[in-house]
Amino acid sequence: MYEKEPVIKIRKLKIAFGSKVVLDEIDLDLYPGETLAVIGPSGTGKSTVLKVMTGLLAPTSGSVVIQGREVSGFGEAEWDELRKFMGVVFQYSALFDFLTVGENVAFGLRRHFNLSEEEIQAKVTDLLQMVGLPDTAKMMPSELSGGMKKRVGLARALAMQPQIVFYDEPTAGLDPVMTMTISRLIRKTQQQLGVASLLVTHDMESAFLAADRIAMLYNGRIVQVGTVPEIKNSTNPVVRAFISGQELKKEDLNGKQ
Amino acid sequence: MFQSICEAIGKKIINGCAAAGRMSMLFMETIKRLKDADMKEVFRQMALLGADSLPIVLMTILCTGMVFSVQTAKEFVRFGAASSVGGIVAIAMARELVPVLTGVVVAGRIGAAIAAEIGTMKVTEQVDALRVMAANPVSFLVVPRFIAIVLMMPVLVVFANLIGNIGGWVVAHYYAGIGTFTYENSIKVLAETYDMVGGMIKSSVFGAIIAIVGCYKGLNAPNGAEGVGLATTASVVLSIILIFITNYFLSILLYV
Ligand SMILES: Nc1ncnc2c1ncn2[C@@H]1O[C@H](COP(=O)(O)OP(=O)(O)OP(=O)(O)O)[C@@H](O)[C@H]1O
Ligand SMILES: [Mg+2]
Repeated sequence: MYEKEPVIKIRKLKIAFGSKVVLDEIDLDLYPGETLAVIGPSGTGKSTVLKVMTGLLAPTSGSVVIQGREVSGFGEAEWDELRKFMGVVFQYSALFDFLTVGENVAFGLRRHFNLSEEEIQAKVTDLLQMVGLPDTAKMMPSELSGGMKKRVGLARALAMQPQIVFYDEPTAGLDPVMTMTISRLIRKTQQQLGVASLLVTHDMESAFLAADRIAMLYNGRIVQVGTVPEIKNSTNPVVRAFISGQELKKEDLNGKQ
Repeated sequence: MFQSICEAIGKKIINGCAAAGRMSMLFMETIKRLKDADMKEVFRQMALLGADSLPIVLMTILCTGMVFSVQTAKEFVRFGAASSVGGIVAIAMARELVPVLTGVVVAGRIGAAIAAEIGTMKVTEQVDALRVMAANPVSFLVVPRFIAIVLMMPVLVVFANLIGNIGGWVVAHYYAGIGTFTYENSIKVLAETYDMVGGMIKSSVFGAIIAIVGCYKGLNAPNGAEGVGLATTASVVLSIILIFITNYFLSILLYV
């Protein structure tokens, strides 16, 4: 799958908030049909990468090419065209709190598809079933736990059958069983629908299970990109330390640059 | 020391100008997207807005009409101008007091609610979620609120004028002993329909200010829970200042 043109191609991407540089000229490719996990410690800019790819944040400099089109100068209307084929699972679910769970899942369907009410309801029921939350359609998001909201967010993102799916920490805050279920769901979505997925996570188990390739982000740079076995057997001290859950030491970092 | 003060003031001015520019852009964008309005949502917002603000508006204006009458009636009677009280109260209410006070009350009640609601959506990434689902936040959040307030303000003003004049009459009648016929007649002779229409036009403009400022502050709320609080207070303060300033120019435009 890596011979094809990437769906998303990032070159020399720099993001700075004021004088604070979060991403420092990173290169990253997302190929059709693959799941790429972006791992890294908290606050390194994983969510930022995702926001750039979905047009929520404009790059300070550098190039972002999505499906062959340079998007860094895109306006909201042009982004909206691309976004019809994207699904995003937000880190803190971002469910619309003025709508019921069912209406949250139906939101995109109602806006972008011409479906009858029964078809929409049937889809919503299926999607909620899939994430293990049957019978919640009538509830309000405020009545759900954090983990339940996450899964509704997942159902909402997958409802429009996107071609590119972005998951921001879809398993954070879930119990181990649910973590595995969701990781398998991500894998299954990719295999059945052939979507390209970007999975932001710091849960290594879930990255190993769901991803084809893994990119490690640290201090605003990509330290290593590789297939799951390559990352598992990495000799890079930063990657090794992160996977084994050790604190990163100063000496390790000197070897890197 | 002096330099740092100048710097701070300079920064404030620059930021202020930038914000004014961005607010005007939001206003333009809102006008451009008026056609996207979801009418069901507009009516829902109008109902909410009316129900939330009518009681306080009526209470405020009733009291204002009453005090205004207290202050004028006794003096006017002393000068033998009892027959002018009703008209004076009615004109002052219709042209200035009702639109401005309704604006202030709605800014405090509805403007704050809008800033808090949209601010919460901003900091919990719901606004981002709207954007990635290709639902434009201006069309979806700003436009219905904008239309609802702009349409609802004149309605509030009509009710407020009614209750304000009743308040004025009650005081004039029972406190200063002015006859009901004299009071009513005075309104008929002195006040014109245009006095109230002008007030209604003013109130719509104030409504537009409240909606744009509230939405702008909400959409730009700083992250974190305290960001919502900041956005809310800032929106109320700014709307009220803008209402007073705009009112001066509107008065000249409409009544001079
Ligand atoms: N709007 C913003 N303004 C200023 N700084 C920001 C903004 N958004 C993010 N940052 C900074 O950018 C850095 C990266 O943030 P980001 O949310 O991408 O981290 P992350 O890797 O997703 O972390 P986590 O694992 O905790 O979610 C952080 O240090 C944060 O302080
Ligand atoms: Mg994050």
